[in-house]
Amino acid sequence: MTPSDLAAIWLTLKLAGVTTLLLLLFGTPIAWWLARTRSWWKGPVGAVVALPLVLPPTVIGFYLLVTMGPNGPVGQFTQALGLGVLPFTFAGLVVASVFYSLPFVVQPLQNAFEAIGERPLEAAATLRASPLDTFFSVVLPLARPGYLTAGVLGFAHTVGEFGVVLMIGGNIEGETRVISVQIYDHVEAMDYAQAHWLSAGMLVFAFVVLLALYTLNPSGRRK
Amino acid sequence: MNALLARFKLDRPGFSLDVDLDLPARGVSALFGHSGSGKTTLLRCIAGLERAPDGQLSLNGEIWQDANTFLPTHKRPIGYVFQEASLFSHLTARGNLEYGMKRSAERLDAAALDHVIDLLGIGGLLERRPHQLSGGERQRVGIARALAVKPRLLLMDEPLAALDLARKQEILPYLERLHEELEIPVLYVSHSPDEVARLADHIVVLSDGRAVAAGPLTETLARLDLPIHLGEDAGVVLDAVVTERDDQWHLARATFADNSDAGVWVRDGGHAIGHHVRVRILARDVSLAVTRHSGTSIQNILPGVVTELGQDTHPALALVKINVGGAALVARLTRRSAHDLNLAPGQIIYAQIKAVALIG
Repeated sequence: MTPSDLAAIWLTLKLAGVTTLLLLLFGTPIAWWLARTRSWWKGPVGAVVALPLVLPPTVIGFYLLVTMGPNGPVGQFTQALGLGVLPFTFAGLVVASVFYSLPFVVQPLQNAFEAIGERPLEAAATLRASPLDTFFSVVLPLARPGYLTAGVLGFAHTVGEFGVVLMIGGNIEGETRVISVQIYDHVEAMDYAQAHWLSAGMLVFAFVVLLALYTLNPSGRRK
Repeated sequence: MNALLARFKLDRPGFSLDVDLDLPARGVSALFGHSGSGKTTLLRCIAGLERAPDGQLSLNGEIWQDANTFLPTHKRPIGYVFQEASLFSHLTARGNLEYGMKRSAERLDAAALDHVIDLLGIGGLLERRPHQLSGGERQRVGIARALAVKPRLLLMDEPLAALDLARKQEILPYLERLHEELEIPVLYVSHSPDEVARLADHIVVLSDGRAVAAGPLTETLARLDLPIHLGEDAGVVLDAVVTERDDQWHLARATFADNSDAGVWVRDGGHAIGHHVRVRILARDVSLAVTRHSGTSIQNILPGVVTELGQDTHPALALVKINVGGAALVARLTRRSAHDLNLAPGQIIYAQIKAVALIG
């Protein structure tokens, strides 16, 4: 394995880690709102969250490129702050990955919250727990399997990104060249042995992750 | 004034609630009615779990809801027992008890908590998780959990409804003991006349979201205009005192507290002489006779005066209210019998009581 492969692996893990943490943090209020709201906005918001499930990643990548680029609204904002533009940077990859993996984190969380139902929350209220207190002392513990699923799926899904990364990241070693792109490069250069190492590694990783998920969390629901 | 004042108007598709109640600040008030009568909704409005836009609620003068205020549930000093325990599944039974105690300014001290644990018989269950407990055990933990926060008002939503008969019979004695010991008002929602007869001091009968009757248990149950709501279980509940025991035949005599003469012989329940008990006499167990019969198996034949005649649910039947030494009994007859006996208010009659249930 070459140093460039190792750099790709490290970058991938960093990207997936940061993305998953951000998604768990920001996905929680979104999932909570989706689980509890009765407003008609639930449909549209749910659909937007689910878009990355059906859109070709290159479409997501393209629109993010346009938005974050020098002439797009976000790009102009970041330039005004003196940060330059996000495409072709690690930060830009993080933003893209957050969108790309959004439903993989929000949906398991939303399901977990919905499965809890109203009753435990009411019981907590009758026992003097404020809504915030109830969230931390009752909802989070009961939603733990959902968080496990969301975290694992979000992480694994981000590790597997390719199309979005290529469009936003641009294949810069050490900055935006993740494993999936590295494999692509090896194949293009006919370096099949190297491609094998990385691909087999990814396969084993994916299998182990899914195995762990299914054994620790058989039905995805708490008994 | 020491009371729970509740006025709620709630309109939902297919259902509406409109009540204006004044409930005593001590003792068990039963909210009785069939499914859909609004009793659970009323209880939830009192707890703050439902928000009736025009509601008014105050306990002992302290306003919990009015036009300008709505005290959220977690700020109301209540205890709530749900129909299916609803214990937190991620905590042990002890964890559940401590959940409210950690968050409440008012809580039972160690000795009082031990007493409640004993009272409900859950001492050996504390380290178990809810899924390791039976339905009855979970319900008892749920009751203890509600009491642990030293509520000023205990709300119980059909706590026995989700249990089978054996579990119900197991828990009722605990509830009866609770009833004797608690000094706070208890609102007990139930559709079971048996539970109401055993536990309530005050009853509110709800039908279609309206209170059709409210008052002390004995008085209200003796009303003849409520059979629609009590159906087969129409009857009276009387406060009585054990005055005699017959060891040979294992019988005891309970006299209705108002008058030392009128009383009934019942199965000896082990109560000592002088012990206060409740006696339940169903309308279908009372027949009437113009003259006193001999050679009959019925032991309890009491002289009385007809005070009122009323209709029953079926056109063939009638209800007759009789004053027996100051206590009111209700008898269910066919209208033909009433006609044949020429029953009318003021008439002297003998009430023949075939079965009496001694409760608590």
